[in-house]
Amino acid sequence: MESIQKVDLTRVKPYGDTLNDGMVQMSFTLPVPYGDEASEAAKQLAEKMGFDDPAVVFSKDLGVGYTYFVMYGKCTHTVDYTVIEVPKVDMEFMEREEVEEYIKENIKRDVVIVGACTGTDAHTVGIDAIMNMKGFDGHYGLERYKGIEAINMGSQVLNEELIAKAVEVKADAILVSQVVTQKDVHIANLTQLVEMMEAEGLRDKMILVCGGPRINHELAQELGYDAGFGTGSYANHVATFVVHQIVKRNLI
Amino acid sequence: MESKLNLNPQLIQSARTAAKNIADDVQNFIDKNTTVTVERTVARLMGVDGVDEIDKPLPNVLIDAIKEGGGLSKGAAFWIGNAMVNTGKTPQEIAEKTSSGEIEITKLPIADENKIMDAVYETAKQTVEKIKNNRARRDEYLNTIGEGRKPYLYVIVATGNIYEDVLQAQAAAKQGADIIAVIRTTAQSLLDYVPYGPTTEGFGGTYATQENFRIMRKALDEVGEEVGRYIRLCNYCSGLCMPEIAAMGAMERLDVMLNDALYGILFRDINMQRTLVDQYFSRIINGFAGIIINTGEDNYLTTADAYEEAHTVLASQLINEQFALKAGIPEEQMGLGHAFEMNPMLENGFLYELAQAQMAREIFPNAPLKYMPPTKYMTGNIFRGHLQDAMFNFISIWTHQGLQLLGMPTEAIHTPHLQDRMLSIENAKYIFNNARDIGNEVEYKKDGIIQKRAQEVLAKAEELLRDIQREGIFDTIEKGKFGGVKRSFTGGKGLAGVVEKDEKYFNPFIDLMLGGAK
Repeated sequence: MESIQKVDLTRVKPYGDTLNDGMVQMSFTLPVPYGDEASEAAKQLAEKMGFDDPAVVFSKDLGVGYTYFVMYGKCTHTVDYTVIEVPKVDMEFMEREEVEEYIKENIKRDVVIVGACTGTDAHTVGIDAIMNMKGFDGHYGLERYKGIEAINMGSQVLNEELIAKAVEVKADAILVSQVVTQKDVHIANLTQLVEMMEAEGLRDKMILVCGGPRINHELAQELGYDAGFGTGSYANHVATFVVHQIVKRNLI
Repeated sequence: MESKLNLNPQLIQSARTAAKNIADDVQNFIDKNTTVTVERTVARLMGVDGVDEIDKPLPNVLIDAIKEGGGLSKGAAFWIGNAMVNTGKTPQEIAEKTSSGEIEITKLPIADENKIMDAVYETAKQTVEKIKNNRARRDEYLNTIGEGRKPYLYVIVATGNIYEDVLQAQAAAKQGADIIAVIRTTAQSLLDYVPYGPTTEGFGGTYATQENFRIMRKALDEVGEEVGRYIRLCNYCSGLCMPEIAAMGAMERLDVMLNDALYGILFRDINMQRTLVDQYFSRIINGFAGIIINTGEDNYLTTADAYEEAHTVLASQLINEQFALKAGIPEEQMGLGHAFEMNPMLENGFLYELAQAQMAREIFPNAPLKYMPPTKYMTGNIFRGHLQDAMFNFISIWTHQGLQLLGMPTEAIHTPHLQDRMLSIENAKYIFNNARDIGNEVEYKKDGIIQKRAQEVLAKAEELLRDIQREGIFDTIEKGKFGGVKRSFTGGKGLAGVVEKDEKYFNPFIDLMLGGAK
């Protein structure tokens, strides 16, 4: 019996059912009427994207002269996995009880965290998941943590209001949630907050964290935040980061 | 109707009575007050439209002038009527002359009261007639080209550009959608004016303007005639301009409006006095125009837990029902809201969702319930999301929901792409057809999980309503009993726009519209 081929991590490509078959499934719409010409257009486009043997396995008339396709194709490109580096919040996350213990031993006072969903964004689901007592998916929110005073300002909070509140309660950290990202409105909004904090000389005195479905640590750092948390993050992740930073940056 | 859930009718009655008492209590407050947007609505319904040179809507210009002149407590109708008698001009001309400074509306001599009334009513009746005609036009469409079967398939468009919305809406109608909702641009609810004209830019949605309503209405009538089904148009009658949006919707023949009595208070932090007064007039207009209102209880479950807080949804539905009755909205126009939002990992979660949907159906037998899809536990895994939506669709056909707001597999990723809507419509149509009569065939085990769940939720809702009746709705909201959100009586946005009515106050449209078409 032939042995199974080994993965070459310097030349990685998609796996369907055989190593290096390169199989990719994709779906998209083209603004052309349904028919053979539409399918041919989809295939040619997939070839230009770098797929061998593109196949339209399903197509459907969307009703306004547009056509939807489900396709497969064999990817011709590879990447070198061995040289990849991704900046991320690189730490062992503590559980809630451990965070509480850490605060008691290392900070010895209540940590104040102010959070808001800023700008015109009305979606509180993210900030609520991190801050509210109940938390999300079985992970309690920051309000539940002993040693953390969590203030959730809700949605549609202006950056000015958020900063004013943070100053008023002497916050250690500010959490900003951004859910609506259409036309990159979140980027402008997040950037403005950093600029305003820098202008008021507050940036170094507070830990600044952002989160949301389209946010990751790399983007957050580019924008001038200390950390960014994307989908799948819970309160204990944010709490761990904040309390470590307080100690590390000597903001006790 | 025999209860499949073995619900105790006395408990339902007790809950409903408590809700009625709660609404009665608030209605006393509502009847004593008016707001800037209520008065701007009166101005709009009397024919004031357009903007000044800095794009400020003329209804705002006029009402601000009346407010600054200290006359708001008498109501816009009084001042407009008085100016009509004095100048012989139309309300629109009066607004224009107020804008240019040629008229100081509160400084004109006060004319004979009967003459003012005559002038106002003559104009008001023309608008009311126009709205009545819109209603007749809708009925005519329904009687000729017909409509889709319930549950109506309800999808959203949200490009920000009304012309792009038209393309997406027409595509959705061709794929099978029955209701098109044009999501508003984020934060429009917090504007204390309604923008003007066609708009092509917005974030996460498109501005609600009268011109945009008109453009979309025309497009849906066209595609409706083509596909042989009347396509309903939905918008958002919430925020700081509830009654103005209602008036615009009535004039442009919208069919469905999000219109909750408490939503703005809880989720947009609009002052509770303001919203309660605003919702009343907005609902009178919606009721008269034959518009199905949608309430927003589903939102509670995005902030609070769907399993633990299910009873707050029922309690709020009962309160919304009573407020709607006060505004003359018949049951057939009450799209009371609820949602399929439990954690999909919950064991037997489907059974609990089924129990709650069936419970809503039995407690509100004539209401076209608005059922909202999973959003909170949508993850970006579009394949699992498509399955969650299928489970949701299955319950809907089983329990005879009225308006099915279709879930999108790409929820939590982006506003729907063209193909997302097609996939969701296909999902719903498949399940609705394949399981069409399941609700008439299957009964629930006596004292089983489903019956017990529904009974428990009803019992808790009844208890909560009796609590609220004791404490009053204002205190209840201050304590955060709905959606876990706390709001204060004097906090939030828009309180400055609330004014106590003078004894001379009158609003002809309440008189002409309340209680439906006469």
